[in-house]
Amino acid sequence: MDFLGVPFPVFAGQLLIGLINGAFYAVLSLGLALIFGLLNIVNFAHGALYMVGAFVAFLLLDILGIGYWPALLLSPIIVGLFGMVIERFLLRPIADLDHLYGLLLTFGLALLIEGFFRQMYGVSGETYAIPSILQGGFNLGFMFLPTYRAWVIVAAIIVCGATWFLIEQTRLGATMRAAVENADLVRAFGVNVPLLVTLTYGLGVALAAFAGVLAAPIYSVNPLMGSNIIIVVFAIVVIGGLGSIKGAIISGFLLGLCEGLTRVYYPEASNIVIFVVMAIVLVVRPAGLFGKTA
Amino acid sequence: MTDTTKTDFNRAGEAKAGTASTSGAAAVLTDIRLWSAIGIVVLLILPHYVYPVMIAKVLCFALFAAAFNLLLGFAGLLSFGHAAFFGMSAYVTGYCLQSLGFTAELGILAGTAAGALLGLAMGLLAIRRQGIYFAMITLALAQMVYFVALQAPFTGGEDGLQGVPRRDLFGIIDMSSNMNVYYLVLGVFCIGLFIVYRTVHSPFGQVLKSIRENEPRAISLGYDADRYKLMAFVLSAALSGLAGSTKVMVFQLASLTDIQWQMSGEVVLMAVLGGIGTMVGPLVGATIIITLQNELAQIGSVSTIVQGAVFVFCVLAFRRGIVGEIKHRWTTWRGRS
Repeated sequence: MDFLGVPFPVFAGQLLIGLINGAFYAVLSLGLALIFGLLNIVNFAHGALYMVGAFVAFLLLDILGIGYWPALLLSPIIVGLFGMVIERFLLRPIADLDHLYGLLLTFGLALLIEGFFRQMYGVSGETYAIPSILQGGFNLGFMFLPTYRAWVIVAAIIVCGATWFLIEQTRLGATMRAAVENADLVRAFGVNVPLLVTLTYGLGVALAAFAGVLAAPIYSVNPLMGSNIIIVVFAIVVIGGLGSIKGAIISGFLLGLCEGLTRVYYPEASNIVIFVVMAIVLVVRPAGLFGKTA
Repeated sequence: MTDTTKTDFNRAGEAKAGTASTSGAAAVLTDIRLWSAIGIVVLLILPHYVYPVMIAKVLCFALFAAAFNLLLGFAGLLSFGHAAFFGMSAYVTGYCLQSLGFTAELGILAGTAAGALLGLAMGLLAIRRQGIYFAMITLALAQMVYFVALQAPFTGGEDGLQGVPRRDLFGIIDMSSNMNVYYLVLGVFCIGLFIVYRTVHSPFGQVLKSIRENEPRAISLGYDADRYKLMAFVLSAALSGLAGSTKVMVFQLASLTDIQWQMSGEVVLMAVLGGIGTMVGPLVGATIIITLQNELAQIGSVSTIVQGAVFVFCVLAFRRGIVGEIKHRWTTWRGRS
């Protein structure tokens, strides 16, 4: 059974891997977009905090015996609180300076965090078992679908949807959007904007940690896992534009699929296809697919 | 000379120039020619006391940082992809020396040209966006170059190019001794730094500064801002390539380390630590970071941790950098007395 020149199971399998990568891209770029909206900085430490999320899950299991499901909630909370401390004590003092300083600071943080975990755990990586309920898989007739991979996609869609709902449909989200538009005005209405900024950074970072926990059973829990993925996510953010929540989610999934398709037809280029797409978008539509023309 | 309206980002590195050049003693102390002469004499003597390969490494990275600083400090463009030029030029020079039998100077020229060409390609794309996006685009494009280097046949993949021969300079001057290579590096470094100095202090450099300060205004005055930014980008890339090519002569090695994103971060750190927008800052920053790496190389990832900490510290409390801070203290002290 061939599909567009390749056996259909191969095609579907690569598409599935693409979709899973896309799920991680979507959750990570969503967090970046949230943070960018209120703080106007690109969080370079996002990849490192994604890695920390995976490590917290690993350590919770290894030291305290706390399993996957509680970790899925606990790890984002712990990392989110850590992020709020970072925002309050490191990012706020430089909030009024040129935003490139925020980029440099978070880059330094990323080095610091990654170096720390490399020093403690080496680069070989730790394994994290798939929870028993999600082991095994379904036979779809044309391919085998591992349960955990299906769960990753579902979980990512749920979290993206919930975040979208929070931002677009709730009162808190409305206040946040108002603060993005005009922070001073919102402050004049008695809203504690600095607190809102801290919470937003915490939420964005918690999303990264959530992605980290989701990734832990698929990839090895490795200090380098963050820096490998974050540069790709940056390219996706350039493609989609940081302007909208929906844009971040859609471009994340789309480019994951795009990567999967490339792996089917021209595997040598699968590492660089997203960067190539970025270059094309920059030529054709410099503001990004979902960005406002600036 | 006096720039009054500086953006915050660049003001950090620059003390107010032009105020201190009147009285006799002070004029001597701030005379660039005098200090350059002293510096060159010191660098000529130094290899007799310190391991020449070590200083040659510092000079290569100082030139790299100066090239990066040309872009950030004077054109206001923060590139996170400079490792691409440094590393790709190293590969090209290594290949030319090893497989094509080029003489030293031709190998270095070929590497520099490769850096410039890559800079042109990346610059054309990157200057379409500004600020944070510019940084992300350069980083992403450099990562693409990294993957190409990983898979391309002429780079030696994971092994890199090892044991690159140090061919004779101009076909006649022997380059096999470390001392001779050191003097070659010193020569290249001086030429490179002179180019940076001339660029910054030329009408072209002034236009760059005006674009940095207020781009719409520069455009309304009739300057083609994108073209100037692209020229600065290409020049910076070419000089980074020159540094990378020269590095191959020193270590006889071109590897993935030279082209990884960590290298881009390192050069940013050198410039920030030394002082953005200063002439001597990159040299100071490179000296400190290279020394630090050598000292900490034995203890795992401590070097990365320290670099991260220095980054955070510089951004929070030391934005002028070492040379910028000294310049600032000097001018305020001059102003008071």
